[in-house]
Amino acid sequence: MLYREVGQFKTSYAADQAIFPIMQDRIGLIIVLLIAFVAVPLVGNDYWLRTLLTPFLIFALAAIGLNLLTGYAGQVSLGTGGFMGVGAYAAYNIAIWLPWLNIFVVFALAGLVAAGVGILFGLPSLRIKGFYLAVATLAAQFFLGWAFIRVPWVTHYSASGSITLPAIAIFGVAINSSVSRYLFTLCIVSVLALVAKNLVRSNAGRAWMAIRDMDIAAEIIGIRPLRTKLLAFAVSSFYCGIAGALLAFVFLESVEPAAFDLDRSFQILFMIIIGGLGSILGSFLGAAFITLLPIFLNRVPTTLGLPLGTATISHLEFMTFGALIVFFLVVEPHGLARLWQIGKEKLRLWPFPH
Amino acid sequence: MFGHRLVTSVLSAAIATFALAGIDATAQAQNEQFIPSLVYRTGPYAPNGIPFANGYADYLALVNERDGGINGVKIITEECETGYATDRGVECYERLKNKGPTGAAAFSPLSTGITYALIERAPVDKIPIVSMGYGRADSADGAVFTWVFPLLGTYWTQADTLVHYVAMQEGGYDKLKGKKIAFIYHDSPYGKEPIPVFQALSKIHGFELEMYPVAAPGLEQKSTWLQLARQFRPDWTFMWGWGVMNSTAIKEAAAIGYPRDHFIGVWWSGAEPDVIPAGDGAIGYKSGAMHAAGPVAAVHQDIFKYLYDKGKGAAKREEVGQVLYNRGMINAALVVEAIRTAQGKFGNKPLTGEQVRWGLENLNLDDKRIKEISFDGLIAPLKLSCANHEGEPKVRIQQWDGKKWTFVSDWLTPDEKLLRPMVEESANKYAKDKNITPRDCAKES
Repeated sequence: MLYREVGQFKTSYAADQAIFPIMQDRIGLIIVLLIAFVAVPLVGNDYWLRTLLTPFLIFALAAIGLNLLTGYAGQVSLGTGGFMGVGAYAAYNIAIWLPWLNIFVVFALAGLVAAGVGILFGLPSLRIKGFYLAVATLAAQFFLGWAFIRVPWVTHYSASGSITLPAIAIFGVAINSSVSRYLFTLCIVSVLALVAKNLVRSNAGRAWMAIRDMDIAAEIIGIRPLRTKLLAFAVSSFYCGIAGALLAFVFLESVEPAAFDLDRSFQILFMIIIGGLGSILGSFLGAAFITLLPIFLNRVPTTLGLPLGTATISHLEFMTFGALIVFFLVVEPHGLARLWQIGKEKLRLWPFPH
Repeated sequence: MFGHRLVTSVLSAAIATFALAGIDATAQAQNEQFIPSLVYRTGPYAPNGIPFANGYADYLALVNERDGGINGVKIITEECETGYATDRGVECYERLKNKGPTGAAAFSPLSTGITYALIERAPVDKIPIVSMGYGRADSADGAVFTWVFPLLGTYWTQADTLVHYVAMQEGGYDKLKGKKIAFIYHDSPYGKEPIPVFQALSKIHGFELEMYPVAAPGLEQKSTWLQLARQFRPDWTFMWGWGVMNSTAIKEAAAIGYPRDHFIGVWWSGAEPDVIPAGDGAIGYKSGAMHAAGPVAAVHQDIFKYLYDKGKGAAKREEVGQVLYNRGMINAALVVEAIRTAQGKFGNKPLTGEQVRWGLENLNLDDKRIKEISFDGLIAPLKLSCANHEGEPKVRIQQWDGKKWTFVSDWLTPDEKLLRPMVEESANKYAKDKNITPRDCAKES
């Protein structure tokens, strides 16, 4: 009843091409943004803002990055952790050498460095596909992980190989409280998510999807595979790089190479598989599922007052989490975003299903 | 009428009881000190994490059972599983930091990665970080690292004392010239931490140093050991390993016939889970130690009497006294003693992290005090100050005989004349990077 587009007439091409053509969706988005920007900082405490929501947003950004590459352009990548690391270490070096530079510029430059590295490791994608490409990007992951440990200038000649990030400030306002960290991350993530949403509806996004669905057919209708694939690698790495820089500067504040290891790559890959390949919303849902659910599961027994040992709680967490992953993939192989879409379709017909 | 009055009186009695119970509960809650416990009972490093967590839990339980708390202030604690992962560790820290009436007393992260991350948060939240025998070596400089306490020694003190021990075995520092020492390490900030000290010592004493990084988790070391033992042929080999890397290295050393008594690990490479999987191959292997192994002290008897005889122990009875069990117990005891010291200044009540920090900085465990808390024979005396957050550390070398660890050296004192300037230089660089003005320790009381 509430969710129906009856009576919403589109009278211009602009209205027809809007990101959210249905008015209820637009209102919903505005409400979500209002909650995220106003309500959450007002009511959220340190723990919620800094430990749950900030990393959630950062991982959602990384998931969007990987989703552009894997979900939209169909290029499987296991190098996400490495590309995030490139962003983090690049931002660190830029911030150390040019301390007067605006932090947004630092992050953008770090993203560009990551994009460059992404293009480099995307080159083999012209010749190798599918699982073989996954292995090639795995090589990128290992090479980058090696470089973070072995190349001394990457860590600014830190003896232990672990770096401590400088404090950040925008226009003289220090980003050090939980609220400011959260809002800073939220601004970057919202803008980049909007850009991504538009990007996938643009010429570039359509070319990615054409390549994903059938690369030979795409080539025949005039899409240049090399350029398209490399663009996907560049944009994806740009996103991952900024996510990595955020993770380092805003969340961890001190980075060891292990923060960007293969486990991280898998973590992001699982996010987009569970959230939904080829969906921006899915990236957020997947990130929430992978980062927040284990913590929630871990806290349930203590909150209920069940007298369980720490190890038992941990094992229960793993088991429940694993079972839930299997459950959701069985129920809806296209991810949580698809579940949401089905729900919306049902709502449109409700209360008169066919 | 009668019924009405009865109901009224019953009701008022009930309300009174509840109100009293409520007051009682709050009064009790207010006289409790919260000590958080970050553990890893699961994950790849669980074999090492479990005994440490058990020792930590047992000692806190013992203080409650035997003494009724710290000067009457009951200890409450909560474990949080980190799995040795930094982001989960940070989550645990944020989850526990405000628990209890006065917040967390002190955190012991038990992971280099988590320690590095928490060092950034401690000054903001005003909660001390006790990184006993791990973490940043330069955090021994209390003027810069106000909130960090690497008690009983850092990796730099350990590195220096290992070389000291080797020099003693060879017959003096002058005999080190031309000797070959291999350093095999976990390729992470943890393993790389002692490198500057080894390099400095190699320059001073003229021994040849060759380094062999091992990628985590360290199950594959065949080529490393072939290179090490066939090409470099070191006189001595040092190891900074953790978890399964330790036992693998000892097995490889045994397979290749490298003399085990010339193979010395850091104190995190010298516990039962490191040597038992290597079987007889581990006999003769040595490691550094900051405390004794085995249920040797009076406190262990107390733990048996007050906890295990009543079925309240966290571990199995035979595990009490294992190296990492003892380490967890000592870690808990140092935090408890810091709280006790702070109570001397602030009164016998639950204390905030800031007050516990004062207690840590003024902690002075001399022989007499160590005997009083039944830790006689377990640890060397330690005394902290504003500038020295390490506590005049001492290191002993222990050797595995196939059944137990025994000391093969006396307490060795690291060369502060060499280390202190390095600590200060590194700490000052950190202070400059982070815009911290070091405290003037001459002005601190």
